[in-house]
Amino acid sequence: MKKNKNHRTNNGSLLSETWRRLKRSKLALLGLIIMILLILTAVFASFIAPYNPNEQDLMNALQSPSLEHIFGTDQFGRDIFSRVIYGSRISLQVGFLVVFMAAFIGGGLGAIAGYFSGHIENIIMRTMDILLSVPPVLLAITIVAALGNGLINLMIAIGISSIPRYTRIVRSSVISIKNEEFIEAAQVTGSSDLRIIIKHIIPNCLAPVIVQATLGMAYAILTTAGLSFLGLGIQPPTPEWGSMLSGGRSYIRDYSYMTLFPGLAIVVTIFGLNVLGDGLRDSLDPKLKD
Amino acid sequence: MNKDQNLLTIKNLTIDYEVNSGTVHAVDNLNLEIGYGETLGFVGETGAGKTTTALGILKLLQEPRGRIVSGEIYFEGENLLDKSKGEMRNIRGSQISMIFQDPMTSLDPVMPVKKQIAEVIKLHNSISNKEANKKAKEMLETVGIRKERADDYPHQFSGGMKQRVIIAIALACNPKLLIADEPTTALDVTIQAQVLELMKDLKEKFDTSIILITHDLGIVADLCDNVAIMYAGSIVEYGDIDSIYNNPLQPYTVGLFNSIPDLDTEKKELQVIKGTLPDPTNLPSGCRFHPRCSKVFDKCSRVETSKIEVEPGHFVNCHLYNDNK
Repeated sequence: MKKNKNHRTNNGSLLSETWRRLKRSKLALLGLIIMILLILTAVFASFIAPYNPNEQDLMNALQSPSLEHIFGTDQFGRDIFSRVIYGSRISLQVGFLVVFMAAFIGGGLGAIAGYFSGHIENIIMRTMDILLSVPPVLLAITIVAALGNGLINLMIAIGISSIPRYTRIVRSSVISIKNEEFIEAAQVTGSSDLRIIIKHIIPNCLAPVIVQATLGMAYAILTTAGLSFLGLGIQPPTPEWGSMLSGGRSYIRDYSYMTLFPGLAIVVTIFGLNVLGDGLRDSLDPKLKD
Repeated sequence: MNKDQNLLTIKNLTIDYEVNSGTVHAVDNLNLEIGYGETLGFVGETGAGKTTTALGILKLLQEPRGRIVSGEIYFEGENLLDKSKGEMRNIRGSQISMIFQDPMTSLDPVMPVKKQIAEVIKLHNSISNKEANKKAKEMLETVGIRKERADDYPHQFSGGMKQRVIIAIALACNPKLLIADEPTTALDVTIQAQVLELMKDLKEKFDTSIILITHDLGIVADLCDNVAIMYAGSIVEYGDIDSIYNNPLQPYTVGLFNSIPDLDTEKKELQVIKGTLPDPTNLPSGCRFHPRCSKVFDKCSRVETSKIEVEPGHFVNCHLYNDNK
């Protein structure tokens, strides 16, 4: 394979290397484009959406898609296109915050468990086993039921239910990396424990965490939609894809577009995140490079 | 630098490993001396305790399982066993370096090689990133790697080149002692020769003392001044290269030489030392080697051996050479 001298910047950072490799996978690029479009949509929702998402116009209720309302209108005459656009805000908010929270807490616990074996590891991992033994959606439902509805509580619920994955991933990575010879070699050069963790262990277990983060974001968005569908998450009239599905389900026979478009939004987002996650997994692994 | 004084003196070093089936005496009452600029070959079978000794010198045994039970390790006149963790960290890498057996796994796979060398330099010298990187590139050139490849990752190098990078890391801070733990075992023969040639050159250039751990007597002959033959945790024969190669005394040493294929004489089969290393949790009484020894006699199983100087600088632990048998 040709050497890539012209691609290489002077500092040759991990980021630029990853990007160079990510570019090769068309599917991963598609996922990245979907995510960028989604983020832009969420940020500029007020400019893109032609109508106020909550404005009712009963005269125009249940309109089929037309030039005026490209996704049609719902039973209250609200523009579905605008609601889907605004819905992306909730989804991304939940997705990002949940993943940050879970990766931070879960990853931290996992690193502690992996590095300091013994009682600490036992306590942490058995707690995670308890969390894992409850189906995640059921766990989220229970937490929402205990804390009450609302965006924050929803995020806490989904966050807690996704912590164990990160803990397990980070712990297993740390354990396998901890025993690698290059860690011993780093000790021989006089590096301290903290330096070894920061310089060698964390960068080496970052790849699975990033992959899990993209997939975990898909999980968070999907679970939000699911809980909202069940009426436990975001409450109407806030535009949210899951609650829109729920609101439209009684009209599915005659006005299928009411469920079609929010459903499509969920499918496209999850698809984008999944292919991006797969692509990142491949491009973050230096052993697969070139 | 005082040439008379030894760089490293190990006195009565005993290292134990606690395992489920008991206590392993990995290193037992070991005595060793290395002078400035000297290269010592440390030869023995797998499991003889060579690597454990090396890790013991660096105080990097896996605690709490492995621990130094007794003994003293003097490095430039100071006992390493009295040093604190922080002091040991300063010594590692800058004063004593180590090269590991497998170059494939000894480099961090997600860090460019230049950065890995610069890491060590920065760790022990207060210099800027830029200077450290410059020095790292110079080190790469010293070990024969073009500096255009400085930003490459370890997987982009072949095994021999990786070992060169590892040597560059080990020598980056100009250490006084380099412990090379089977540096060529994982490499094929032509690359072995190149790496050995490189080590020879660098030894001259940096004036580094080397402990070369190996089971290849050919490498030892090529590189070393003195040889220590290790068996089951203790040194059974020690001497300069000529006396060991021309006049091996311990039956174990003789056995090692006999198990090297020889092109000149016609032999149907290689002579091998029968049996395997004894169970380290249950070492034989008397001389450790007596169950496998071809010249065993009644005293061997009863009385522990002690060091006998058969000729100046040539020591052997064997009852055969004891005058009052």
